[in-house]
Amino acid sequence: MTTPKITSNISRRAFLKGSITAAGSVVATTGIARAATSLTHEKQEPLATLIDIRKCIGCEECVYACQAANAEKYPEPEKPFPKMVPPRVPVEDWSEKREVTDRLTPYNWLFIQTASVTVNGEQIDLTIPRRCMHCANPPCVKLCPWGALKQEENGLSRIDSDLCLGGSKCKKVCPWDVPQRQTGVGLYLDLLPALAGNGVMYKCDRCYNRLEKGEVPACIEVCPENVQTIGPRSEILKTAHALAREINGYIYGEHENGGTHTIYVSPVPFDQLNQAIETGKGKPHLNKVKNMMADGTQLAKAMLIAPLAGIAALVGKFYLSTKEDK
Amino acid sequence: MKTAGRVRYYIYAVTLFFIAVSGFGQMPVFKRYYIADIPGLGWLAQFYVTHIIHYTAAIVLIALVTYVLLDFLFNGPGLKRITRSGYFKIGILAGLCVSGVLMVVKNLPNSYFDHTVIIVLDLVHLALCMILLGTSLYTLIRKKKWVN
Ligand code: SF4
Ligand code: SF4
Ligand code: SF4
Repeated sequence: MTTPKITSNISRRAFLKGSITAAGSVVATTGIARAATSLTHEKQEPLATLIDIRKCIGCEECVYACQAANAEKYPEPEKPFPKMVPPRVPVEDWSEKREVTDRLTPYNWLFIQTASVTVNGEQIDLTIPRRCMHCANPPCVKLCPWGALKQEENGLSRIDSDLCLGGSKCKKVCPWDVPQRQTGVGLYLDLLPALAGNGVMYKCDRCYNRLEKGEVPACIEVCPENVQTIGPRSEILKTAHALAREINGYIYGEHENGGTHTIYVSPVPFDQLNQAIETGKGKPHLNKVKNMMADGTQLAKAMLIAPLAGIAALVGKFYLSTKEDK
Repeated sequence: MKTAGRVRYYIYAVTLFFIAVSGFGQMPVFKRYYIADIPGLGWLAQFYVTHIIHYTAAIVLIALVTYVLLDFLFNGPGLKRITRSGYFKIGILAGLCVSGVLMVVKNLPNSYFDHTVIIVLDLVHLALCMILLGTSLYTLIRKKKWVN
């Protein structure tokens, strides 16, 4: 695995300068665009983002930039919605509430969470940009029964709105309940709208189309405080750890769900932040998360030795039959 | 070895039942259609539970398939005695094992399959499952055996 020269040069320069702030802004605004492009086309290390919570001022510029950059991907549902059976199937309609920005919705893939916490005896409000974590082994992608989600080699995961049937399994298996459903749109309308499916799920797609063009994601580009930095995961982790050491801070996302491509650095512990933020529908927590795919991965290893178990059983059978013959 | 044959048959039947049920559980249908509301069947709507059951049943099935295959090669009555429906089910089972194992590999960390390949695997696996269940029902009702 080789890291694109341009990116490593940039971060080395940034490190040499000894300034993490410089690393953030330099990486975010110049070479990463080219690095991102090469990362989408070659088998390379996944991209990750560092979110330095201290820097966020909660201005929501990123939220509106995300909406503007992704508006053409938003659902335009047909109404009235087809009747769905059984009646328990919920209609989820956000099309009349597109202006909602205080939670995740099909029309809002990024929102700002607020936490009132005490740092060094001082009461402060921290604001935290929240969106899909882009897990390293994303259950939403891996467990979709239709292959409607995909993970690209640069680590981003996204939902193909032409294929998604809106069954919401991705949301149920996501440890942060990130994907959000809009009823009345998508492939299910052409299949059996009454009996199967319920729209399309939406979430942050890491601005994959901007990355393909060599541009940085809209939320990163617009941020006046350079809160987010994007780059190869190992470098982002190095920067995050250096920053955490410098500020005596804490990291979230490195090990959650077996590792994600979103690394938060905070001056206060995340369990404290988790208690201070409002969580609930469309408002993800900041809890510790175990690796949801780990059991499957363990069983996959056992599957390798399953043929040996078959052979052992056969040997046992032969042994018994020769004994019987005697 | 009549007992071994019976044990084999029951292991196959139980495995087929759990692998099929947990396989359907991969789709969000049991909750929608109230089946998971039946006391004792709530696990059908828990995706990580059905995922683990599906994998575990797959391990048993692969071990059983290896056992039967080798037993047949070393000890069996000969290929000619396999019935037509037997051959058909063997083909479908082979397809299910291959597509299933590929999907397990796809689910491993750092494994990036082409998107079209994933969709094809999903659909092929589901289609083969339906065909196997249909054929198994037919052979059960018509009392058709694997070998003559
Ligand atoms: S644009 Fe930057 S500073 Fe403003 S809310 Fe978003 S992350 Fe925070
Ligand atoms: S955070 Fe949720 S939606 Fe995002 S990649 Fe992870 S499992 Fe998928
Ligand atoms: S990466 Fe793109 S899609 Fe994701 S939150 Fe930022 S702007 Fe929105």
